[in-house]
Amino acid sequence: MDLTTTYMGLRLKNPLVISASPLSEEADNVRKMEDLGASAVVLYSLFEEQIIKDSYELDHHLSAAAESHAEALSYFTEPEVLHIGPEHYLEYIAALKKSVGIPIIGSLNGSTPGGWVEYARLIEEAGADALELNIYTIPTDPNLTALDVEQNYLDILKEVRAQVSIPIAVKLSPFFTSLANMVVKLENAGANALVLFNRFYQPDINPEELEVEPQILLSAHQALRLPLCWIGLLFGRTPLDLAATSGIHTVQDVIKMVMSGANVTMLCAALFRHGLHHIEVLEKGIGAWLDEHEYESMEQMRGNMSQLHCDNPAAFERAQYVQAVHTHFRIRE
Amino acid sequence: MKKPLFKTIDGNEAVANIAYRVNEVIAIYPITPASVMGELADAWASEGVKNIWGTVPSVIEMQSEGGAAGVVHGSLQTGSLTTTFTASQGLLLMLPNMFKIAGELTPAVFHIAARSLAGQALSIFGDHSDVMVARGTGFGMLASGSVQEAMDIATIAHAGTLKARIPFLHFFDGFRTSHEVNKVEMVDEDMLRAMIDEELVEAHHTRALSPDHPVLRGTAQNPDVYFQARESVNSYYEQCPAIIQETMDQFAELTGRAYHLFDYYGAPDADRVILLMGSGCGAVQESVDFLNSQGEKVGLVKVRLYRPFDMKSFLKSFPESTKKIAVLDRTKEPGSAGEPLFQDCVTAFQEGMGNEWSNPLPVIVGGRYGLSSKEFTPAMVKAVFDNLSEIQPKKHFTIGIQDDVMHTHIPFDSNFSIESKAMTRAIFYGLGSDGTVGANKTSIKIIGEHSPNYAQGYFVYDSKKSGAMTISHLRFGPDPIQSTYLIQEASFVACHQPVFLERYNVLQQMEAGGTFLLNLPYAPEEVWEKLPRPIQTEILEKQLKVYVIDAQKVAHQAGMGRRINTVMQVCFFAISNVLPQDEAIEAIKTSIQTTYSKKGRHIAEMNIRAVDETLAHLFPVPLPEAVSSKTEFLPPVSEEAPDFVKNVLGEIIGGRGDQLPVSMLPSDGTYPTGTSQWEKRNIGLKIPVWDPTICIDCGKCSIVCPHAVIRLKAYEPKYLDNAPASFKSKDARDKDWKGLKYTIQVAPEDCTGCGICVDFCPVKNKKITRLKAINMEDQPPLRVQEKENWEYFLDIPSLDRRELKINSIRQQQAQEPLFEFSGACEGCGETPYIKLATQLFGDHMLVANATGCSSIYGGNLPTTPWTKNAEGRGPAWSNSLFEDNAEFGLGFRVSLDKQKEFAEELVRQLKSEIGEGLAEEILSADQNDEAGIYEQRERVADLKQKLEKSTSSVAQKLLTLADVLVKKSVWIIGGDGWAYDIGFGGLDHVLASGRNVNILVLDTEVYSNTGGQTSKSTPLGAVAKFSASGKPTQKKDLGMIAMNYGNVYVGSVAMGAKDEHTLRTFLEAEAYPGTSIIVAYSHCIAHGIEMSTALQNHKALVQSGQWLLYRYNPALKEEGKNPLQLDFSAARTSVDQFRNLESRFKMLAKSHPQIAKKFLHTAQKQIKEHYAFYEHMASQSFSSGKTDVES
Repeated sequence: MDLTTTYMGLRLKNPLVISASPLSEEADNVRKMEDLGASAVVLYSLFEEQIIKDSYELDHHLSAAAESHAEALSYFTEPEVLHIGPEHYLEYIAALKKSVGIPIIGSLNGSTPGGWVEYARLIEEAGADALELNIYTIPTDPNLTALDVEQNYLDILKEVRAQVSIPIAVKLSPFFTSLANMVVKLENAGANALVLFNRFYQPDINPEELEVEPQILLSAHQALRLPLCWIGLLFGRTPLDLAATSGIHTVQDVIKMVMSGANVTMLCAALFRHGLHHIEVLEKGIGAWLDEHEYESMEQMRGNMSQLHCDNPAAFERAQYVQAVHTHFRIRE
Repeated sequence: MKKPLFKTIDGNEAVANIAYRVNEVIAIYPITPASVMGELADAWASEGVKNIWGTVPSVIEMQSEGGAAGVVHGSLQTGSLTTTFTASQGLLLMLPNMFKIAGELTPAVFHIAARSLAGQALSIFGDHSDVMVARGTGFGMLASGSVQEAMDIATIAHAGTLKARIPFLHFFDGFRTSHEVNKVEMVDEDMLRAMIDEELVEAHHTRALSPDHPVLRGTAQNPDVYFQARESVNSYYEQCPAIIQETMDQFAELTGRAYHLFDYYGAPDADRVILLMGSGCGAVQESVDFLNSQGEKVGLVKVRLYRPFDMKSFLKSFPESTKKIAVLDRTKEPGSAGEPLFQDCVTAFQEGMGNEWSNPLPVIVGGRYGLSSKEFTPAMVKAVFDNLSEIQPKKHFTIGIQDDVMHTHIPFDSNFSIESKAMTRAIFYGLGSDGTVGANKTSIKIIGEHSPNYAQGYFVYDSKKSGAMTISHLRFGPDPIQSTYLIQEASFVACHQPVFLERYNVLQQMEAGGTFLLNLPYAPEEVWEKLPRPIQTEILEKQLKVYVIDAQKVAHQAGMGRRINTVMQVCFFAISNVLPQDEAIEAIKTSIQTTYSKKGRHIAEMNIRAVDETLAHLFPVPLPEAVSSKTEFLPPVSEEAPDFVKNVLGEIIGGRGDQLPVSMLPSDGTYPTGTSQWEKRNIGLKIPVWDPTICIDCGKCSIVCPHAVIRLKAYEPKYLDNAPASFKSKDARDKDWKGLKYTIQVAPEDCTGCGICVDFCPVKNKKITRLKAINMEDQPPLRVQEKENWEYFLDIPSLDRRELKINSIRQQQAQEPLFEFSGACEGCGETPYIKLATQLFGDHMLVANATGCSSIYGGNLPTTPWTKNAEGRGPAWSNSLFEDNAEFGLGFRVSLDKQKEFAEELVRQLKSEIGEGLAEEILSADQNDEAGIYEQRERVADLKQKLEKSTSSVAQKLLTLADVLVKKSVWIIGGDGWAYDIGFGGLDHVLASGRNVNILVLDTEVYSNTGGQTSKSTPLGAVAKFSASGKPTQKKDLGMIAMNYGNVYVGSVAMGAKDEHTLRTFLEAEAYPGTSIIVAYSHCIAHGIEMSTALQNHKALVQSGQWLLYRYNPALKEEGKNPLQLDFSAARTSVDQFRNLESRFKMLAKSHPQIAKKFLHTAQKQIKEHYAFYEHMASQSFSSGKTDVES
């Protein structure tokens, strides 16, 4: 069965791409992912804040108590070389490129144009096949307009685009006033693909301890509805490739996403829940499903259930909402 | 000759630079002021820096200086060129091996940053007491007196020892030379190669022990031959001086810097000459120049080679015109005929008369100067020459102090100064935490390395570890700088912290017309009114130019927080005109890039931002014509303080300790306790404020407070009748305290503002959850109000200790701490444990304290945190040494037990006289709790009353001993450097003794006091000094070793993880009638952590399994129970989670990522195995003293 797909010009053996997560911090894991059937890996993210934080923290602890007491002019011998920047990440990409055959996609997570450009270039130089920009900002400043927020995204993308020649995917949040318009702007700014959607960090609250707990929630199955909807809406209306992420756990989920128009489907929570072997389960399952339903290839089904190609385009938009509500919520008598 | 390479470095680096490059093995152990040499050697080795033979020397840290000397001896015996660095007590520990090394004619050099020995007190500062003790070892001794000389003489020593086969002790003055930063011409690799004779190196290798050509070395000899054999080395000593001179000449040819065994400087026809060695030569040389320019005829003989003492060269070095000689010794040998150099000088002239010295015998007088880095200035030099001008010069004098007891001192004119006006002389007053010293060191480098100017920096530090003041003395000028004393007349003074203006005359050394830079948060026109009267007076009288900058504001805007270093550095360059302004700023920026780039672009950018912003915020201050302020300096201590505190300690606090005469100081080193309460340092910018409305009276804020500034009391409501309006109280929650009021009060002027209490408070405000039952607020607006509240609080009577349930923190914390307001770091992890012990047992406690952080914050003048209760009882404290603390404490126990035994014998003898009943009660008293001790005290008081009426000698004897019948608790306290390393042998013996002592190990997992060097307690993978690439071995399990004896109570605690467990362990350890040891996890600033949240690290540490909480109570065996109880459940998180909180672990991932990964993996595995082992041990059923395994 032909499960191949293309994503930003990369020819992939199936749509199962591993999304950025700590799972890819170990080279052994990445090799296993390849062996188990992953077609590409988006590496864990290089966080702009982490680099800055490490930098400040180290400077603070190396100098804070120094030169205060005659017996202890310092508490650490300052190393000649410090790998504060992205060196480790870059070395890791280079090493992975030597040990795995599938494409490696670098991932940058940040919110300001400053440091990004340099890191993007270095990631390209390290050998990454593509770059995913995870532009992660929660606009809490009341003086910031929606236009400002959008412009920030575009500025970052343009600066990075000017520096690198590898394909760039932008991982977006769903919270845009006019997502379709934003997609056009991103396309014009040089994006090659969209990853839909980024899930904002949503802290939990512990009512016993009265503490905010920064736990990352793994995406639930139902989270797939939002990307499913938007990929269905965007397919055929943008030249950008579309990657689906959030809530993809089962064979059916992958099939649905591809049918709505995704080039690739990204896996994360499912692997945390079921282990890396789940990749193999999905790959086999997709093949079987296609076989059973007499599809010739993934490509054949891609976008067949998009708004553009389905038999009920209104179902993707508000016109259908009223009916849906009425059908689902019937008061029992 | 090649173009010389100049660098600005300190003496330690100058010496280490040579020693590292010409040795193959380096054995090290930390001791101030020599530690830096070992640290540099270790750092260079970890970076792969090679010696002149192209290999990286092997650097090994040992458990003590004695151990280091042993390694040196062994390494030399097997043919490696080997060196070591030490000072003071460390040198004393090396002495036995030094006799051996010299006796076996082994080439080696020991580099010594000469330091005072502990006598009436320890001192970390410089003099020659230590090296003088080594005179008998057979080591040659070479002295250097400046940073340049230290580098040069180090080279000569290493080259000379190979030729002479006599090992050398190369010494230079601790701090004055070891820590002075100066511009020096480097001895490069080619020069070193030329100096070190390869054939001699080969010869050393050939003499090595080897089974391929076996020999026996180190025999035992009998009366028949020992003497002759001892004399067999004489020819080597005879030839040595000529060899050293030849080596010096060879060095001069290579470098142009000429040295002689004794160097004369001064008028060729001088009639008066000073003889001395070390850094004092600099001050004398300058003075000689000045005095000769005034028409006097004076000179100086500098001793370079002190041993072997070459009489011929010595006598030859004096001009024939010499009539009088003053020999200055930087040491004291009580009871001697004179100090060593003096005696050598007298002997040499006596023996040389008529031979090498054909002139009349000069008058020779000896004097002592500069002990413990006491200043030695041109004024003092002049006084010494003036003394020589007297018909009968004073003998055995002292200079630099006022000896109003034996009148040994020579007076000097403290206003006499010969500071060169051609030099810029700048004094900077800063705080340790504001980066002043670091910035000044950079300035010296900038000037020294970017201009033809010479530069010198010397830094004076506070004895406190928190809120510490630093004073930097910087000189810059066109000629080499040899002013080996603090700046007497400054052309520039900068006060980096407004708070200093309240207490200190920072302008005392300022010369007329100088420049004064102030960091104050005021506009230029507001500044004048904010200055106290004495400062205004100085400004106007000396016609100073005054500038102001709000450095905090600039630093804050640039993102640098409290570090104002860069801002103030720019200001200095902008107004001092040492370099053209643009050039200076460019150089600062370059230096920032060099220093900070490796820490990340953002750090460099932040500093550059600060540079760019500074000049726009620097303003001249308009000055009126008259003094207007009514504010005088604050007194160092309150007027209510006892006389000794006011007249002695207060003067030291006020910075006038140098002026205290001999009579004011205790001659046997005994000082009162309870003195830190008078210091009122006001260093906390924020202090905790109690919210009684939500407080649950748990006492946690109080138990964790490192500085004992949070106290709690429950009391009768009537005590609120006259309370100040802002005094807070609430109803006590504890059911035992029903009807009582409850207050938590903070000592506002003693709090350091560490914030540990707030972090540990378990209660949150239900409306605003970021608020707790105790919250940090700005101190200044609260100071007056809370001071009044604190004083009122202290007067409220405490509850009767006998009524408290001390096994619950809530009630236990009502016990008064007898350890308060220490100068330990803000948020110290050690002091809460000490404080807890004093709360529980302080009124009957004796403390043997190992040298280290706890002896410094516990016993460094001016004040001590050890205090006493209202009855005048409290811990009696003493520090003997670093290495002997366990034995020292055991000595307390043995002595007290003997006295008690004797007293009990006398009680029995006097039964009829004192009454059968009382005698029996005394002899059978149960003193295991507060009530028991209280009752015994009553009985002993009764007994004493009866004995006082008796005239029998037995009764009188018992009267002197009676107090020992009341329980005395001996606590042996020290850090891990002591317990795991240097003192372990003694500790082990004490553990094996079974005697009733309590050992408290404050385990910071590094040598904290000397700056964070690795100990055997340091965990695998932690970065510490001497483990720059991570500690490669796992932490020693001291608790397990102690448990091995079977009869030792062992507790492992971490207060932040489980405070109730800590309390229980302390109570059990004290109650156990044999030896107890508590290993207490103590977070430390050397861990690279956020101190305000450090107790969270305790939790994470224990949860990860890296630290186990347990108690091993041998008493449980009697009950058929397993003595080992694990007091926490299995590791719940990964060790990575804990290690991510601390820079000591995280830094390795940044410097050596691969090694870090490997260590982390191994650590996780070891921790799992370690826990499994303990779990297995604790799970064994135990009956009849046998475990399942054994039966």
